[in-house]
Amino acid sequence: MVYGLSTKYNSSIDYGLWTIDKINMNRLNKLFSTKKDNLLSIYYTAGYPEINTTLDIAEALEKAGVDFLEVGFPYSDPVADGPTIQHSSEKALENGMTLNLLFDQLADLRKRVTIPILLMGYANPMIQYGVERFCKKAAEVGVDGVIVPDLPMYEYETLYAGYFKANGLSNIFLVTPQTSEDRIRKIDELSNSFIYLLSSSSITGGNLQVSVNIEDYYKRIKAMQLKNPEIIGFGISDNKSFSKACEYAAGAIVGSAFVKLLGTKGYLEKIDEFVKGIRP
Amino acid sequence: MKYGVNEQGYYGDFGGAYIPEMLYPNVEELRQQYLNIINGDEFRAEFNQLLKDYVGRPSPLYHAKRYSEKYGANIFFKREDLNHTGSHKINNAIGQILLAKRLGKKRIIAETGAGQHGVATATVCALMGIECVVYMGEIDMARQAPNVSRMKMLGAKVVPAVSGSKTLKDATNEALRDWIGNPVDTHYIIGSVVGPYPYPDMVARFQSVISFETKKQLLEHTGNELPQYVMACVGGGSNAMGMFYHFLDDEQVKLVAVEAAGKGVDSGHSAATTFLGKEGVLHGSRTILMQTDDGQVVEPYSISAGLDYPGIGPQHAHLYKINRAQYVSVTDDEALQAGLLCCQLEGIIPAIETAHALAQLEKMKFDKADNVVICISGRGDKDLDTYIKYFGY
Ligand SMILES: Cc1ncc(COP(=O)(O)O)c(C=O)c1O
Repeated sequence: MVYGLSTKYNSSIDYGLWTIDKINMNRLNKLFSTKKDNLLSIYYTAGYPEINTTLDIAEALEKAGVDFLEVGFPYSDPVADGPTIQHSSEKALENGMTLNLLFDQLADLRKRVTIPILLMGYANPMIQYGVERFCKKAAEVGVDGVIVPDLPMYEYETLYAGYFKANGLSNIFLVTPQTSEDRIRKIDELSNSFIYLLSSSSITGGNLQVSVNIEDYYKRIKAMQLKNPEIIGFGISDNKSFSKACEYAAGAIVGSAFVKLLGTKGYLEKIDEFVKGIRP
Repeated sequence: MKYGVNEQGYYGDFGGAYIPEMLYPNVEELRQQYLNIINGDEFRAEFNQLLKDYVGRPSPLYHAKRYSEKYGANIFFKREDLNHTGSHKINNAIGQILLAKRLGKKRIIAETGAGQHGVATATVCALMGIECVVYMGEIDMARQAPNVSRMKMLGAKVVPAVSGSKTLKDATNEALRDWIGNPVDTHYIIGSVVGPYPYPDMVARFQSVISFETKKQLLEHTGNELPQYVMACVGGGSNAMGMFYHFLDDEQVKLVAVEAAGKGVDSGHSAATTFLGKEGVLHGSRTILMQTDDGQVVEPYSISAGLDYPGIGPQHAHLYKINRAQYVSVTDDEALQAGLLCCQLEGIIPAIETAHALAQLEKMKFDKADNVVICISGRGDKDLDTYIKYFGY
């Protein structure tokens, strides 16, 4: 215990090896090895607007042609989220969504959905559930990766990476225009499916801003020739912003705009049209 | 320091920096620079000068004779209520604004519960001519209305936090969201020993002036710089940490931290974090917080806006876990009664936060010769409405 953390897992991980064996099996890596551009991912909050439609939404998104999904597990204090996803999280919690329930719902996941799935949420619910148990359970139901914006790299490496590795789960890191080159290199090293590129430092639900600076930023990232593909997220809401993002990255993620659709009547029937509107 | 933070920002199992990547550059810049800056001669000179001439330090250590008689010990009040702006919060605000200036920041944001930290921040921003935005829960804006007006008069913009319980926790969320969206020119002046490393350590250092002065003053009063007891209330824990700081390594000094029990620890309306909380992550640090089995943060309750917070700073979580300090709790009713008693015995109207620490005196068993220092963290002007409603004056 070097730093006085009650370290349950000792971090002497061979990331090289990891890339070769376990992770080759996961659906995300298969997807990224076969499809290199125009990838579309959709985020939604489990338990919103109704408690029991998690898999119905996933199924509809796959049918509409979405390449991979991010299913949010709600948290009471989502500091990285704007009003739309805050609202969906609040409603989902009111509806009774918990991690236990979500994993129950996902038990049939792989009978109904074949595309890769990531779980996205905040550190505290995962820590309460138990990170090891969380990783095991996620792998068991067929989840491929996890995005936890407030789980820091240091804690991930020293405490948790072993659990992710043992269960073949990819951990996704975020990069912003302010992230230093050294840090991006380190993130690239720790990543094994894709890097989540933010178009600007912002909470979710903003608008994609493309300025000269941003172009420079995307070019800077491209020039680094990272081993992992980049997917742009935060602020992608329509065909225009999606297409723009795809000029610079392998694909993009739509979150708040889709969550808004879920807040309307008859949302399941509208999913196909929404997705085709983003990527015809 | 035995109980201080390590290089990774941890106090035992608690602390760290659980922040999204968007906050990383700002927090990392602080981490790399804060010690160099605040230990610099020129910074210290300016900090000390402002504490002396502007804040009015040192704050007196007052031997409360009637309290001493009543409780059968030598009770001393460390008078942070006499500071400019009326509480200990100004010590930290002065330190952080000087730091922000040296980091070249052009805009300041802050969260506030009771409004004392918001007022302190608005004050130092006026002093330095820097733009100031304060986030405050909508409920707190109503119950601490005079402080909202004060902040506005001082030139700050006050933004209501309307999510969640609409109190301190939610104001902190909004401030963090603002900081995410303003990653270059903005400094976030956190008001307590909470948040990602290095905040808990930085704020504790700025507040440590409280115990630094107390030691010298106690030596003058009693011939011994060490008391038997040091007591303070705990919201996030900054006045308590400042009051404990220079006594931490003096193991014979008993440290007592008083949390807000609200309507009672088991009433479902409480903010007694160490009684009701479990280990987890809140506002960027691993600490003890009130939460459900599913890891959702539980909305706390206390009549005192400054103590109405579901967590405590990570250093407090550590001191609690290793038993270096004793954590106790006091209800709304006990605190209000203690506040009134302090008016009537000592002619001091304390903040309701402070009144929680005073109420704990009723439950202590002192020896006649014991020297007891209690931090009077703030004055009660902001709470007159609440006192008046409760007692019907
Ligand atoms: C007078 C006073 N005391 C105590 C507190 C609680 O904060 P902390 O625990 O950080 O000292 C506040 C917070 O607003 C306050 O105004």
